Parts: sequence; C-alpha cells; structure tokens
Amino acid sequence: MIDVLIIGGGIAGIETACSLQDLGYETIIVEKEKTIGGHLNDWDTLFPTHRSASEVLAHYTDETRKRALTIYLNTYVISVKKQDDGTFEVHTSRDVVFRSKAVVVASGYKLFNAERKEEYGYKIYDNVLTSADLEVKLKDLKGEFKTPTDKVPERIAFIHCVGSRDEKSGNHYCSKLCCVTAVKQAIHLKQLCPKAEIFCCYMDLRMYGPGFEEMYREAQEKYHIQFIRGRLSEVGENSNGTLQLKVEDTLAARPCKIQVDMLVLMVGMESAKSTELFAQSCGLKCAPNRFIQPLDHHIGSNLTNVEGLFTAGTSIGPMSVFDTVNHAKATAFAIRDYFINTAR
Amino acid sequence: METYFILPFTLGMLFLLIVLFIKYGLWITKLSHIDKLRIVQSIFTRRSWDAIKESFLEGLVHRNMYKRNPLLGYMHMCFAMGWFLIIVFGHVECYMYYGTLAKAPWYPIFFQYYVHEWFPGERFMTNLMDFLLLYILTGVLLAYFKRINSKIFGIKKTTKLKPLDRVALISLWFIFPMRLLAESATAALYGNGGFLTNTVGQLFVWIGVNSSMESMLWWGYSLSLGLFFVGFPFSRYMHIFTEILFIFLRHYGIKLKKQFNSYSRIQVYSCSRCGVCIDVCQMHVANISNNQSVYILKNIRDQNLTDRKLYNCLLCGRCEQACPVRINLNDLRISQRIRATKEFNSDYAFLQTLPVDEPQMIDSKPEVIYFAGCMTHMTPGIKKSVLKVLDKAGVKYQFMDKEKGACCGRPLMLAGQYEAAKKLIAYNREKILESRAPILLVSCPICYKVFKDDYELGQITIKHHSEYFLELVNQGRIQLAQSEKTIVYHDPCELGRGCGVYEPPRELLRMTGQLQSVQQEKVNSLCCSGSLGDLSLSMADRNVIKAETLKVLLQKNPDVLATACPLCKKTFVKGVDVQVKDIAEIVAEAME
Ligand SMILES: Cc1cc2nc3c(=O)[nH]c(=O)nc-3n(C[C@H](O)[C@H](O)[C@H](O)COP(=O)(O)OP(=O)(O)OC[C@H]3O[C@@H](n4cnc5c(N)ncnc54)[C@H](O)[C@@H]3O)c2cc1C
Ligand code: SF4
Ligand code: SF4
Ligand code: SF4
Ligand code: SF4
Repeated sequence: MIDVLIIGGGIAGIETACSLQDLGYETIIVEKEKTIGGHLNDWDTLFPTHRSASEVLAHYTDETRKRALTIYLNTYVISVKKQDDGTFEVHTSRDVVFRSKAVVVASGYKLFNAERKEEYGYKIYDNVLTSADLEVKLKDLKGEFKTPTDKVPERIAFIHCVGSRDEKSGNHYCSKLCCVTAVKQAIHLKQLCPKAEIFCCYMDLRMYGPGFEEMYREAQEKYHIQFIRGRLSEVGENSNGTLQLKVEDTLAARPCKIQVDMLVLMVGMESAKSTELFAQSCGLKCAPNRFIQPLDHHIGSNLTNVEGLFTAGTSIGPMSVFDTVNHAKATAFAIRDYFINTAR
Repeated sequence: METYFILPFTLGMLFLLIVLFIKYGLWITKLSHIDKLRIVQSIFTRRSWDAIKESFLEGLVHRNMYKRNPLLGYMHMCFAMGWFLIIVFGHVECYMYYGTLAKAPWYPIFFQYYVHEWFPGERFMTNLMDFLLLYILTGVLLAYFKRINSKIFGIKKTTKLKPLDRVALISLWFIFPMRLLAESATAALYGNGGFLTNTVGQLFVWIGVNSSMESMLWWGYSLSLGLFFVGFPFSRYMHIFTEILFIFLRHYGIKLKKQFNSYSRIQVYSCSRCGVCIDVCQMHVANISNNQSVYILKNIRDQNLTDRKLYNCLLCGRCEQACPVRINLNDLRISQRIRATKEFNSDYAFLQTLPVDEPQMIDSKPEVIYFAGCMTHMTPGIKKSVLKVLDKAGVKYQFMDKEKGACCGRPLMLAGQYEAAKKLIAYNREKILESRAPILLVSCPICYKVFKDDYELGQITIKHHSEYFLELVNQGRIQLAQSEKTIVYHDPCELGRGCGVYEPPRELLRMTGQLQSVQQEKVNSLCCSGSLGDLSLSMADRNVIKAETLKVLLQKNPDVLATACPLCKKTFVKGVDVQVKDIAEIVAEAME
C-alpha cells in the first residue's frame, strides 16, 4: 500500500507530491494526459511578470526527475472508494486498482465552453477566440500576429466574465483570474501589434493579487488600452469577416457599437468533470458552484468532508499559479498531520 | 296548508331568475357595439345550432372533461345531465297527468307529493324518475368522495372554498338525498313509488312513518333547493349557465380583447373549478402551487388577485389547452397584467431617427421580408443558417432588422405593457407593409405569435422558417440529405400551442434524420422554462422545471435535441451535453 495517491499532475499535484516525498511519504501521481503540467502546458506567458509558462513547467519537470517520482500518465481516475479500514481504493481507466492511505484531489478545473453563450458567436464567426485559444496561438506564434482570417488586427476587443458571474450560463461566481489575464493578453497583443486599438469590456475589474493593479495601470498609461464598463450584448459579423459588437457603456449610460477585427472571450473556470465523479463515488461534498467544498475555509481549506481525502489547487476554486503552489504545499503538511494524528 | 313547503323553492327560484336576468343583461349590454352586432347577425344562423350542440356536449355531457378525466367527467355529467333530464321528464310526467303544461313550476318538481293515483304510463314514469334520481345520486356519492380524497380522481389538488360556495355546495349535496327521502316517505304512506323510492319506502314503513314526518322531509327538499338557488349566483355554480352563454358568444365570433371587459368576465364566471388546469401546470415542480389559472380566475372574481400570483406564470398555455371549458386563460391573464401595470417610460421616439439600413429594393419586390428579432440576433448560429438557406434557394429577401430594428413587442405584451407594445407594433408594421413582400418570415415563435395576433398585416402571410423551408423543399428549391442521427423535437410553446404549428418542423426532421417521438408532445408538450412570460421566476426554479422537461425529451437518448425557437435553444443548451439545434441549423447542414 502506498502512502499518498495524487489525482492530477498539474502544478498542484506535482508540488504536493514533491513536498510529500521530501517529508518521507511514498507518493504517486496519476495523470490522465500524456504529459504533466495541466493547463500550464497551453499558456504562453504568466502574469504578473510575463515570464514564460514553459520555464515554470521546466522547473517542475526537473523537481520530479530529481526525486524520481512515480507518475502514471495516460491514466484517468474514474472513482475513489473509501474502505472500512479508512484506506482508499482508486479505480482508473487502466485495469489497475491503486490502494493508498490518503488521496489528494488535484484534478484542477475545466474551461467554460463558450459555445454555450451563443450570442457571442464562438465557433460561428471565425474571428472569435477564447482567452485559452489566444494563449495557444501566442505560444505557437511564428512571425507576425494575425487574426484567424489572416489579417493584422487593427482593433481587438476582450470580453470579461464569459461564463462567470452570469446566472444564465449557470455560473454565478467570479473566476478571479480572467481580469488580470485579459490585461496580460491585451498588453502582449499591444506589444505585438503596436498600431492596434484594444478594448476591454468589463463589469468590475478584480485586480486582487500582488502586481495586478500595477499591470492594469500600465495597460492604461503605457499601452493605451481602453477599458469600457459594460457587458457585451451581441455580436454580428460583417461581410468582410470583421465583427460588430453591441455593448452597453454603463459609465456613459449609452449603448455603443464597436467594430473589431478580433474578439477574445475571457472564459471562466468551471469545476472539472472528474470532481463530479469523485463526489458520486465517495460522497465528496461540493459547494453550490460545483467545486469541492473545503472542510473549513479558514483553517482547513485542504481538507474535505471525507477523512483522508485532501484537495490541492484549483479543484476547490479558481486560483493563480502562485496561490495554487502555496495551497499545494499546505496540503502536504495537512497530510503529515493526518498521518501523525491517526498513526498510520 | 301543509303545501307551504313549496315557498323556499319558489322564492329561491324567483330570486335566482331575477339575479341572473340582471347579471346577464348587464354583461351583454356592456359588450362592445360591434360584438352586439355580431350577436344580432348570427343569432338566426347555423352558429346558434352549433352552439346548442356544443352546449349539450359540454354543458351536459361534459365530453371534454370526460376525455381528460373520465371519473371527473362522469361526476359532472351525473349532476348536469341527470338534473336536466329530471326537469324535462318531470314536466312530461306532469303533462301526462294534468294534460297541460300550464302548471305552476312546483307541480313537476314536487310531483310525487301531489299525485298518488294511477294514470296511463304511471309505472313507467315513476321508475324512470327513480332511475334518474339514482343516476344523480351516484354523482353525489362521487362528489362526497372527491372532497374527502381527490386522489381517486387523479387530481392532486382541489380548490379551496369560500363561505358562499360552501353554502351552495352543501345545499347541493342535500338536494337529491332529500328528494329521495321525501319521495320514499310518500311512497311508504301511499304504497306506491318506483324501484328505488318504493324500496326505501319499505324501510320507512318498517320504522313507522306519518304525514308530519313526510311533510318535514318535503320541507327539507324544498329548503335545500331554495338555499341552493339563493347561493347559486354568488357561488362557483354560476358556471353552469355562464358556460352556455360563453359557448354561444364564442360561436358568434366574439373574441377576447386586450382590455378586460364583460366578455372576459363571462369567461371568468364560466370556470367550473374542475381543477384540470392545476395538475398540468409545471410550476408545481418548483413548488409553486398558488398561481394556477383556476386560482387566478377565482381571485379575479373575489377581487383579491395579487401581482405576485399574476406574474408568476410561464404563459406556456398548457392549462388553456387542457381546460375543458376552453377559456382563453393566457389572454385573460395578459389582460389582467395590462390592467395591473402602470405605464413606464416608453418613449420610442428615437425609432423614427434610426437611419435606414441599406438601399431598399424599391423597384423589385422581394419574395419575403425576414424579421430575425432580438432572440435570433442572440443566437447567431440560427441567423446564419436561415440566411444560408435563403441564399442557397435563391430567395429574394429583404432583411428587415439586419442592423437595427425594434423588438416585435411580444415581451412587452406578455408583461402587460400594452401601450408600449403598441408603439413598437406600429413602427414595425409600417416597415413590413412598405416592403410589399407577400410573406413575412420569422425565425422566432415569440415574434410569430405577436405578428399573428396583434399586427393586422392584411394580405401578408406570416411564416415560421420551418413552414417556409418545407415549402422550399416541396418546390424543389432546396434538397435535403438524410442522416442516421436520431432526433427528438421539442415543440416551443408559442409555436405549437401558440400558433398551431406542429407538423412542418417534424416533416423537415423526418427528411434530415430519424425522428423519435416523445411522451408529451405537440399540444401536450412541456415548456422549456425559459419563457419570457414570467420575469419573476428565479433561475434556480427555472432550472428545476427545465430538468424535468429534459428528462422527458431525452428519455430515448437521441443524438440531437431539435427545437424551433431561439429561446428554447438557449435555455436547453445550458442544461445538457446532447447537441441542441434549431431546425434552421439542421436544415442548413443537410442541404446538398
Ligand atoms: C486563460 C488562462 C490563463 C491563465 N494565465 C495564468 C497566468 O498567467 N498566471 C497564473 O498564475 N495563472 C494563470 N492561469 C491559472 C492557471 O492555469 C492555474 O492556476 C493552474 O493551471 C492551476 O493548476 P492545477 O494543477 O490546480 O490545475 P490544472 O492545471 O487544471 O491541472 C489538473 C491536472 O489534473 C489532471 N486530471 C484531471 N482529472 C483527472 C482524472 N480524473 N484523472 C487523472 N488526471 C486528471 C488534468 O489532466 C490536469 O493535468 C490562467 C488560467 C486561464 C484559464
Ligand atoms: S475575474 Fe474579472 S473577468 Fe473573471 S469573472 Fe471575475 S470579474 Fe469577470
Ligand atoms: S380554468 Fe378551466 S380547467 Fe381550470 S378549473 Fe376552470 S374550467 Fe377547469
Ligand atoms: S400558463 Fe402554464 S405556467 Fe401558467 S398557469 Fe397555465 S400551465 Fe401554469
Ligand atoms: S419576441 Fe423576443 S425574440 Fe422576438 S423580437 Fe421580440 S424580443 Fe426578440
């Protein structure tokens, strides 16, 4: 029997695993994809420093190598079952059943499917992208930046809160990171296309972390990005492929129309599909926003209602890399406490 | 002098006749001039005959109610038909004995009390009257049961009673048992009576009966009749005659207006409180059980309707469809909303200043004028598909609200903002007529409904895209390829029950895939919960209702959930993993 099984090899899972290994526990990671790193694999640069995501990933790959961590790739965890003796049985897409004394759910989040917000025209109009698509595009960029219809963009708009803070799309909560991500991406695009006019349509700007407000200020003062307070109501396509946005400018109290070459939808973060599976298989409690409900928000955010089952990272809600790493480290210590107290 | 017992009955009846005369007289005189003309012009036509037929089938036989709920229908039929026949044959009997019909009304009613001797046909008539009495009594028995346990009628909830209703109800419950007892007592004293009264009479003989007891029972019968007649005009039983009046007026072509008027009142009073509308309402799923139509009608009568109840309704039309009396429940509710809303700032003067979109085709007349409406603009997938089909078929069209347009007015209408809606209607109407197109094409059933009901577009035919695309297929202007995908179709409330379009979407789907049937479809289809008719319903409640609807629709695990309304599509998309598509998108994809 292994000590700890970690579901998900994103940065949360890796950080927890490394820390546990250092504390002397036998730990394995089970990851459904063919590589570790989770969503970071798709990102270009990271706020607030514009450092490249691959650099952070390289650091973690190194750390796993140093410790010779056991990682099962291409293995999807289907269910977690708690046994009578307090240990766990973990079933996966392969025919192996893992047994462990503790389990960490580090299965992360999934992106809001922008097709569900049809009025924004995602997958209907060519020049509508999501923030995640844009990250991939920037990461793979060779040469000049162009829109999907191959034009050097003159006007670009970012739409905040797509699938977040929107009861109609089923998500009433704030995804926390998309505001600063929009600022990050807007600055990046401005650097790539200095002539472009860039707009951000927001409801509120949530610049909660260290360095975020500074980025926002820089975006306005140095990069002349225009922030419009108001929600996008609908998008139309002109015959030349450009887009027409209808936005209510709530500060000026008037509706306005904006013509753009490219539209970026800041998609929110949703609870991963597997969270639901684990909730079913071992009675894991979820919050109304469908992310895992921590046992105690202040002094036990790594614990869950199931003893021996822990969380790390974005499986409990939207978090930046910085927050994820801290949360994951704390999980390792919570598990150590658990082992000491239960003398397992 | 013991015949004083006829007084309660006679006075009660007199009172009832006077009140009815005044009430109905007032209602009819308050109808608009045109409506009165309609009555005068139709009275000696076939329409009256049709109305008589319907009055018989619905007022007496209760055919519609029987179809919905056989036991309930039977109970209502027992009372209505049984009582009607007892009155008719009471008169026949009276005529057979006295040889004239010119007898005071208490003779046929209390015939057994007056006549104890044999006359030709006496045996037959007494037994027939006994049989009719028994028939009614079975209905009375069912009514008792229904009050105790409404579940045996398949009804989950019944209506609550107010004091006058209770008086009328209890006296009604007494009438026929009292008649049985009174007639049986008489039969015991004179040794006559039919198979029923004679048998019960034997019992009386056994316990000993005298004439003061007999007279007391006749008093009881007359009193319960009298009491019932006095309570009648103030109770729900007003529906009995009002429904017949309603049937006649409906046959004469009188229609409900946006403003609540005396025809609306007649409809309100026609409700029999059968409760059929309660059970079909989906709001129960979200634990909302005080807003159903029967309660609204009752509140209108009692003048204690609250806004909370009035506005908390999807206007899905399921209750209207189920109502055996065919009351226009949706429009009645809307007219109450119009009455209840204060006019808000609805200055649409800016509409006049909207620049004209594109050079209008002045010299060549378009085949269709297409109005997408706000909802279709919010679902660009549908808009794109409609335009693709039109282009592919080579249809010459004018896109009325391509860049800017005014709302069709239906959402305002549903909210009771009639004056505001009228302004939008006037603006759009002018644009439509200006185009000179013979067909107005819409891709939103919500718009369809208001164009059809409130626009008065004359020669222009309004077509939903499913109807128009089917026409294009039939004319060979587009060809569709069939796939193996299984499809279920959701009838949007406004397109199905609202405008009666059920088949064209289905025909198109049969051409493009494998159409599966669902348990509750067409007139009985469920609402998606997205309705604009209810702006007070919380998202959580909507989700509960939606989940129930989806359960029914997805029972057979189809590949595609098809609908024909942008709002239904938007509502469903958030609830399921299965593909949700508008019929326009399916057709556009299937075009070769
Ligand atoms: C558009 C966008 C841009 C962002 N940019 C930044 C940025 O610039 N700076 C920053 O700090 N943060 C950024 N973030 C946030 C960042 O992505 C997260 O903080 C980080 O990815 C969280 O890591 P995680 O390990 O918790 O989750 P994830 O990255 O989601 O990792 C979860 C892992 O679990 C695996 N998994 C899931 N279910 C199972 C299962 N059943 N069995 C096996 N494996 C499973 C997944 O495959 C995945 O590898 C951004 C987010 C978005 C949406
Ligand atoms: S972080 Fe900003 S964009 Fe994202 S949901 Fe919150 S307010 Fe909206
Ligand atoms: S409204 Fe119609 S269905 Fe409802 S109780 Fe009245 S008569 Fe019956
Ligand atoms: S219209 Fe629909 S929601 Fe409203 S009362 Fe009737 S059945 Fe219920
Ligand atoms: S009814 Fe709805 S969809 Fe149709 S035009 Fe009006 S608001 Fe738009």
